[in-house]
Amino acid sequence: MEEKLTLFKNRKRFGIEKNIDIIFKNTALVLSSLVAIILLGIILVVFFQSFESFSRYGLKFLVTSDWNPVKDEYGAFTAIYGTLVTSFLSLLITIPLGVGTAIFITEDFVPKVFREIIGSFVELLAAIPSVVLGLWAIFVMEPFFRAFFVFLHNFFGWIPLFSTEPTGRNSLLAILILVVMLLPIVTSIARDTLNQVPKKLRNAAYGIGASRWKTIFSVILPAALSGIMAGVLLALGRAMGETMAVTMIIGNSNAFSWSLLSPGYTISSMLANQFGEADGSQVSSLFYAAFVLMILSLVVNIFAQWLVKKFSLKY
Amino acid sequence: MNSLYYQKRLSRNIGDKFFTSLSVICALIAILPLIFLVTYILYKGGSQITPELFTLEPNPPGDDLDAGGINPALIGTLIITTIASIIAIPVGVGGGIYLAEYSKGGAFSRFIRFGVNVLAGVPSIIAGVFIYALIVSTKILFGSMYSGLAGGMALSILMLPTVIKTTDEGLKLVPNELRYASLGVGASMYTTILKVTLPSAFRSIATGVVLGIARAAGETAPLIFTALFSYYYITGFGDLFYEMGSLAVLIYNFALEPYDAQNKLAWAASFILVLSILSVNIFSRILAAFNEKTKRV
Repeated sequence: MEEKLTLFKNRKRFGIEKNIDIIFKNTALVLSSLVAIILLGIILVVFFQSFESFSRYGLKFLVTSDWNPVKDEYGAFTAIYGTLVTSFLSLLITIPLGVGTAIFITEDFVPKVFREIIGSFVELLAAIPSVVLGLWAIFVMEPFFRAFFVFLHNFFGWIPLFSTEPTGRNSLLAILILVVMLLPIVTSIARDTLNQVPKKLRNAAYGIGASRWKTIFSVILPAALSGIMAGVLLALGRAMGETMAVTMIIGNSNAFSWSLLSPGYTISSMLANQFGEADGSQVSSLFYAAFVLMILSLVVNIFAQWLVKKFSLKY
Repeated sequence: MNSLYYQKRLSRNIGDKFFTSLSVICALIAILPLIFLVTYILYKGGSQITPELFTLEPNPPGDDLDAGGINPALIGTLIITTIASIIAIPVGVGGGIYLAEYSKGGAFSRFIRFGVNVLAGVPSIIAGVFIYALIVSTKILFGSMYSGLAGGMALSILMLPTVIKTTDEGLKLVPNELRYASLGVGASMYTTILKVTLPSAFRSIATGVVLGIARAAGETAPLIFTALFSYYYITGFGDLFYEMGSLAVLIYNFALEPYDAQNKLAWAASFILVLSILSVNIFSRILAAFNEKTKRV
């Protein structure tokens, strides 16, 4: 494209056409800079709105868990903890499932048609709105898993993670619905990366007598590791910001508890619940929480992009 | 001699079998939720579909006998998504044109492409928070607070990265020979772009944009405190400046109601939403596969 531009640098055009050309180019330039302006705008607006709360509570906001609009005391520890726990635990379940599925649809266990159908099925899962997943989680998943949760509590209740009596909505359900939402992301990115690993590597491994899974574990997965990692990080960012399904199923309680079987909170579900009817310093505190969420997801996303650039396949 | 035959009991063969079945199980677990989900929604939501559903207002929760219809929410979703498209498509296509046609891969375009990716990763509720701070709480739109217009703006922020990306990538696939030919016969840059490159990338851009719109139609988080919700018919242009219902927010609100009638309405709304989003997705997939086959070289 550079070649083309230098070639036509000295062109002579007259009147209106030349002006239109310049206007067109500059309009496109302005429109593309709008992305940067919106992004900076979001960061600045959320930061300045949270300023009041930030100067009053400082970093204490991050480690205390009182949320009391009446006494004007705010601390978002429960929500921050909930955001981190739900996203990391759901990722922990999603990674083996997603990578396993990706391996299944890139290897030739079943004919190509079936693999493609499974691949597009998983991708369609990503298109389902999260509010519908939340509805499904409330009315189908929660009753379905209730007995299992009671079992977990009865037999593993001595572990702090399962120490509360399960009563309806809880953090573990939020983790499970997050798994359903993250699976398509991890699977499709892992599949794309696995497909990009050159055939030569596989053939070489087979040639020296490696079995199929020895090849996968020692050659193909290591070669695809960076791409899969990037997909995992993108999924992590998505999990932290996911709002609707989680809000509907997590139970929305600000009382801190180690147990996954008790109702919890995430930053995004706190925003979804309280923003509409908040006023005074509560609004500022909510903006503070939103700022924390934004920084978390920005860091994860930027790191993912850096990883893609740095370690993209070098074959 | 014996080593030439496949030996079932060899540890490597047993290991291979084990991992193969493990990956089959993974794939099954991955597709089971979709099958459950879609069949359940089709069964549960489909059985609620009546003609009145499309024409009535929803009744306020409490009256357990008759929940009414979802007409305002349906129209609201159409209006809000249209507003979002009207904002995001020109901005996104224009920005994509700059990135693909004018920029020379320098620091500016790298920064914008990076920004597009970062904006795509911003949680959708943050877009709502941003519009709330900028438009709802300041009452900048002629003194109205929660409005369909604000909701559309919040959604447009989520659509923008998708539109820019698909335009950028679609234009990059257009062969340079077309550009040379057009410029060579004396066309200016903007004629080349508008008459040659953009039309030849039209299909792929349109597919991406339509998928982006379908995605935005199901977004709830940015709407719950920008557009809020409304039980009443949308009667005229002025309603843009007031609270506006949408299918997604209706599902959220009514799923949390303790009344059965409202829950049923939520299922019916999910049915309509999922059916339209899935059919757009499947249709664009078929179209893309068809394009692949008939591509001119």
